[in-house]
Order: sequence, then structure tokens, then C-alpha cells
Amino acid sequence: MSTAVSARAKTGDTEEAPLLQVRDLHVEFRTRDGVAKAVNGVNYSVRAGETLAILGESGSGKSVSSQAVMGILDSPPGFVTGGEIMFKGRDLLKLSNEERRKVRGAQMAMVFQDALSSLNPVHTVGTQLGEMYRVHKGSSRKDAKLKAIELMERVGIPGAKERVNQYPHQFSGGMRQRVMIAMALALEPDLIIADEPTTALDVTVQAQVMELLGDLQREYNMGLILITHDLGVVADVADKIAVMYAGRIVETAPVHELYARPAHPYTRGLLDSIPRLDQKGQELYAIKGLPPNLLRIPSGCAFNPRCPMAQDICRSEVPPLHAVTEQDGRALPGRGSACHFWKETLHG
Amino acid sequence: MASPVSSVPAEEAIEAAVEKPVERGEPILQVRDLEKHFPLTQGILIKKQVGAVKAVDGVSFDLYQGETLGIVGESGCGKSTLAKVLMNLERATAGQVLYKGEDISRASGRALKAIRRNIQMVFQDPYTSLNPRMTVGDIIGEPFEIHPEVAPKGDRRKAVQDLLDVVGLNPEYINRYPHQFSGGQRQRIGIARGLALKPEVIIADEPVSALDVSVQAQVINLLEQLQDEFNLSYMFIAHDLSIVRHISDRVGVMYLGKMVEIGSDEEIYEHPTHPYTQALLSAVPVPDPSGREGRERILLSGDIPSPANPPSGCRFRTRCWKAQEKCSIDVPLLAVPEVFRGQSTPAAHASACHFAEDVDVVGAG
Ligand SMILES: Nc1ncnc2c1ncn2[C@@H]1O[C@H](COP(=O)(O)OP(=O)(O)O)[C@@H](O)[C@H]1O
Ligand SMILES: Nc1ncnc2c1ncn2[C@@H]1O[C@H](COP(=O)(O)OP(=O)(O)O)[C@@H](O)[C@H]1O
Ligand code: SF4
Ligand code: SF4
Ligand SMILES: [Mg+2]
Ligand SMILES: [Mg+2]
Repeated sequence: MSTAVSARAKTGDTEEAPLLQVRDLHVEFRTRDGVAKAVNGVNYSVRAGETLAILGESGSGKSVSSQAVMGILDSPPGFVTGGEIMFKGRDLLKLSNEERRKVRGAQMAMVFQDALSSLNPVHTVGTQLGEMYRVHKGSSRKDAKLKAIELMERVGIPGAKERVNQYPHQFSGGMRQRVMIAMALALEPDLIIADEPTTALDVTVQAQVMELLGDLQREYNMGLILITHDLGVVADVADKIAVMYAGRIVETAPVHELYARPAHPYTRGLLDSIPRLDQKGQELYAIKGLPPNLLRIPSGCAFNPRCPMAQDICRSEVPPLHAVTEQDGRALPGRGSACHFWKETLHG
Repeated sequence: MASPVSSVPAEEAIEAAVEKPVERGEPILQVRDLEKHFPLTQGILIKKQVGAVKAVDGVSFDLYQGETLGIVGESGCGKSTLAKVLMNLERATAGQVLYKGEDISRASGRALKAIRRNIQMVFQDPYTSLNPRMTVGDIIGEPFEIHPEVAPKGDRRKAVQDLLDVVGLNPEYINRYPHQFSGGQRQRIGIARGLALKPEVIIADEPVSALDVSVQAQVINLLEQLQDEFNLSYMFIAHDLSIVRHISDRVGVMYLGKMVEIGSDEEIYEHPTHPYTQALLSAVPVPDPSGREGRERILLSGDIPSPANPPSGCRFRTRCWKAQEKCSIDVPLLAVPEVFRGQSTPAAHASACHFAEDVDVVGAG
């Protein structure tokens, strides 16, 4: 696996310490209707320069798990009830609020789907960008504005010198998303979490924004967590993928392998259910039923009511994330499947 | 509301037309030079028109009986406005919509009522398009209030339960409220309502865009199955080009209020000749990482211009990498481009570009 080794050498972190390592993370929401178990033991890691895509349908816990990492969980009703979030050698869950705030923005930043509601409508874009420098670096008003213009140019906003004085609503959706990216980038963080950053955009603009994110990530050698439900976007940019279902990671794999040989029935169902641009398909495969209500997650494997391969054991025992190997037992690095029948699924 | 005397013959002609059968493959809707301009006004007390948003600006195409015509294009290009004008939910500013040969774009009264029975709409948002205070039975059965001839009072409950069954919902859910259903189930309710009056044409505006991948496939399969069962003609609006290819027989591409290219699915996806279509197709993320490094992408620069003030000549010229002087002067017409005329290539389909070229951007051919 010489390519993996050289990639690691380039990024400068070691096997023992990835940039971010999430271990056995649990998050629940205590609501009037009961306890919604939104995240149920999630594990993943991201290295500098690496792109991890977290893929899943709505409600699977993608946003909540990353909000826990960022420390911006809506709490109450949301609570982290277990796990570790190791970031650059420290467990973020053990830090004080003050220390956490320093990490946020300076070392990790987030880009949201809806740029319009994440930007302040009453302040100019320049003021909001400049504030990052004024608050975190104590820059003067004038320097902050110059920095803001520089950033806007870096993220490809034409006419930055004039537009720095405009308000968010005067920008198109794609340009607003660039402003959000500029904001996340301002303090040159080590990690960016992008939560459905292009979902609200047209494909033409989507392609521009994804290209920009990828360029910046390479340039600054940042870790990138890309949250999305779009199998196309993932295939385009991710190095590795974690597929989430009902608050759990059900499959992890390097991007090429996941698409070529899924080892979990849910992943396989998702891949089969999307129409393709380059071929006229027959009837689409449709995963039956609906994603579960998190107040009443099915016992055993949460996917069992919808799974065409389910057996009795699937209704009683929660499948752990098995290490996935070749038929002859050869290891497949980075691959895991939370399915009792991963062998049948993969080698079937 | 009294309609002007002169429109009465037209009204009767439309009512007669509604009953006329149409052969499979014959045009059922013919759209001609259709325009919808929204006035832009200034002033509070005395409103002065200072311009117009040209949301739909001279669009012509046919919808054939039994086919699915997909309509694609970036947001704001006029897809929803086109749908609303066809549905008579918005009045056309100019042009015609011929339904079985009769112009329905100015219909009112009984004629409008008769048309509404036969042309139905399914909306994008299953969360806001259903009245939260009505039961599912009332929502689906509401069209029967206006058209009691379709299902006499005593038969309605049964009719609604049959519709629930047709769209794959449990008929026992008839007394439930919309919030008790998931997004995909609500979209099925919207479809059941659209089917209630046994229409001939269904105009679906982004019917699966708000749904999760696994649920999208269920609804798409349902729409296809219903089309076969009830011999429906679909106009299917979406921004997801992969879904449109899957479901459509023909596809029309819109840009800034105009139709810029139209043809069969193979013609549009494998032999697009309009630069905008090529850019749109090349931008679609393909769910297959193999060969992603080699994939060429046409990245459009700049934003879509305002439909209140579209560029002269070809509207796409401000973002087109092939634009020449001619493009800013002459409006390209939607027709088979001269270079392909009379040839038997799939590139010989209607495309509004002065410099049309056959380029395979999807890598299918
Ligand atoms: N503020 C909240 N209050 C209560 N429950 C919440 C809240 N935010 C999220 N949840 C629960 O967490 C689940 C996962 O949400 P989320 O992570 O946003 O899903 P997604 O995968 O779509 O990003 C939701 O289905 C919901 O039940
Ligand atoms: N009622 C209206 N008044 C003024 N402008 C409108 C109205 N409805 C739509 N528009 C404008 O018409 C254009 C086309 O809109 P729409 O048909 O909704 O596009 P699409 O469905 O393709 O996204 C847009 O510029 C939109 O802002
Ligand atoms: S554990 Fe059982 S139910 Fe779950 S995915 Fe595997 S086969 Fe299906
Ligand atoms: S007519 Fe000119 S500007 Fe318009 S698409 Fe063709 S080449 Fe481009
Ligand atoms: Mg989310
Ligand atoms: Mg629309």
C-alpha cells in the first residue's frame, strides 16, 4: 500500500494521531415525546489533507454528529452522552466552554447549507468577514477590511473591492456560499466541516463551489468532512466514505471500493436506487419502507425492516462494525460493515 | 362572473374538445410563442410600470399523448411559471396553449372547469401543498366537490380509498392528517389527489426534489406505473438531470425564459448541440468515482442574468465560451441547426444556437 504511505508522509501526521478521531460518540435529544437517539456510537477519523464524506438520508444523524464535533449542539434538548472527540491530541469533550470557543473558528470551521440564514442580514459581508480578524486576531478595522477583500478574491468573488460593502441579500446563492467558505477559511483552520454545502444550489453552481472547496483544501492541506445525501457529489470529491443510518455508521470504505463493491445492503440499495445520467435505466430499484423513527429504533439491526437479506439474528442482535476482508482473508484497509451478513453482501 | 359574449363559442368549442379522444403519439398540448411577463412597478400610491420580469418569453413545444416530456434548467429559468400558465393558474401575457387544438390560454367559466378536470398538477413540496387541517380523505376527495359528476356523493369514500390504494397507501389512513405522514407518503397523497378526476395530462413540478434518495425511487416508479395504467401524458419538471433522463421520452432545456434545446432523451443526453445543455450535463456529479480525474467539466462563469433585462441576441452569450459577435445581434431560433439539417444524425434536433456542435459530454455514446 505504497500510495497510502506516501499520502501520509505528505500530510505529515502519523498513523497514531489523525487530525480528528471520533470514538463511540453518542448524542440524544430529550424531548417531550421521548428520547431520540440521534447518534448511537459513531467512530471516524480524518487526516490533514483528507476528505471524509458522511453520506446518509435525512434524519440519519449527519448534522447532529458534526454539531457535536464543532461544539454547537442545540443543548438542551441535545446532549452528548458518551464518547471522545480527539482533535490534535486533545479530547474536545473535556475542554471548558472558553477553550472550545477558541478551537472553533480558529482551528475548525463549518460551512452550512443555507448561507442566507447563517449570515447576518444587517451587516455587510465585509464587516462579517473582517470580524473574524478583529475578534480572533485583534486586527484594526482597516486591516480587517483589506483581509476581507483578499479572502473574497481568494474564493472567486468578482469585484471584491466593491462587493465587500454589500449585504448578503445582494449576493446570488452561489456567491453567498463562497462568502460562507471565505468566512470558514479566514483563520486558516485545520479542519472544515461542510454540511450539505451545495444542496441548495443549481448543478452548474454546485460544480463551481465543490471545485473551490477542493482547491482550498489542497492548498491549505486541511481535513475536510463533507456531509451530504448526494451519491454523485461524494463520488466526485471524497477519499473515503462513512455511510450513516439511524445514528450509526453502517459502512466505511475508500471511495472507489464503496461504489464498486458495497459491503452493506443499505449502501447497495442506495446505489441501485439512483438513476444514471449516462444510461437510460429500466425500473429503479427502490428500498422498501421508510427510515426509522428515532424514538423507536428497531431492535437488532436498525435496517432490518427494510432489508431484503434480513434473518432472525438481524432482529435480535445489533451488528458491530466488522472489519471487511477479501474472501481469502486479506485485509481491506479502511473497510468496515455493520452487517451480520457482510460476507454474503460483498462476496455473495 | 359574466364572461364576454364573444367568448361563448370558444367556451363551447373547448368543452367539446375536452371530450375528444386523442390518439397515442398525437399532440395533446401545443404551446405556441407563450409569454408570461410579470410587471415591475415603482411607486406606492400611483404604481408605474417600469419594466417586466420576462419569466417565460416566447416558448413553443408540443406534448404528445402518452409521453413524458422532461423540462430542465437552472432555478429561475421559468419552469414553474410555464407550468402555472399551462394550468391557467397564471394568465399568459401572449401566445397560445392549444389543448386538442383549442386555445385554452384565455379560458374561463365552464370551459376552464372542464379543462381543469383533464389537466392536473402535482407540486414539489409535500409539506406545504397539503392543507394541514384537512384529513387525507378530504384532501383527495376535494376535487369531487367541484366535479361531482366524477364520483357521486355516496361513492366518494370508496373512490378516495381506491385512490389511496392506487398510490400505495393503506386505504384505512383516510381519516388521518398530513402531519401523520412522511414526505414520500405526502407526495403520494398529492399524486392521488391529482389522479382523482381521471385527468389526461399531469404537470409535475419537481415532484421528487424534496424526497430522500431511497424514497425518490419509490415515487418515480409509482409515476411510471400510473402512466401505463391510466394512459397519462406527463410534463415532468425537475432540476435533477439524471432523474429526468430516467423518466422522460423527450427533454426540453430552458434558459432565462426560453427553450434552448429540445429532443428525445438520446438526442439531448448523448448528442447535445447547445452549449448550455452541454455545460449543464457536464456539471452533473456522476455517482461513480472511477475516471473522475479524467472527467472534463465545463465550468460556467458568472451568474444567470436578470430575466427583467435579458442580454440581446442569444441570452446565454454572457456565459457562453463560444459566443461571437453574431450572438449579441441575432436571436437564435429553436430549430434544427443548419449544419445538421437533412442529416440522419441524432444531432439533428431543435437547438437555439448559431454555432451548434455535437458534443458528447456525458460519455455515454
Ligand atoms: N433540535 C432538535 N431537537 C430534537 N431532535 C433533534 C434536533 N435536532 C436533531 N434532532 C433529531 O436528530 C435526528 C438526526 O438529525 P440530523 O443530524 O439533523 O439528521 P441529518 O442526517 O439529516 O443531518 C433527527 O431525526 C431528529 O430526530
Ligand atoms: N409572481 C411573480 N412575480 C414576479 N416575478 C416572478 C413571479 N413568479 C416568478 N417570478 C420570476 O420569474 C422567474 C422565473 O421563475 P420560476 O418560474 O419560478 O423559475 P423556476 O421554476 O425555473 O425556478 C424568476 O426570475 C422569478 O423570480
Ligand atoms: S444485519 Fe441483517 S438486516 Fe442488517 S443489513 Fe445486514 S442482513 Fe440486513
Ligand atoms: S448562439 Fe452564440 S452565445 Fe448563444 S449558445 Fe450559441 S454560440 Fe453561445
Ligand atoms: Mg443535516
Ligand atoms: Mg420552480
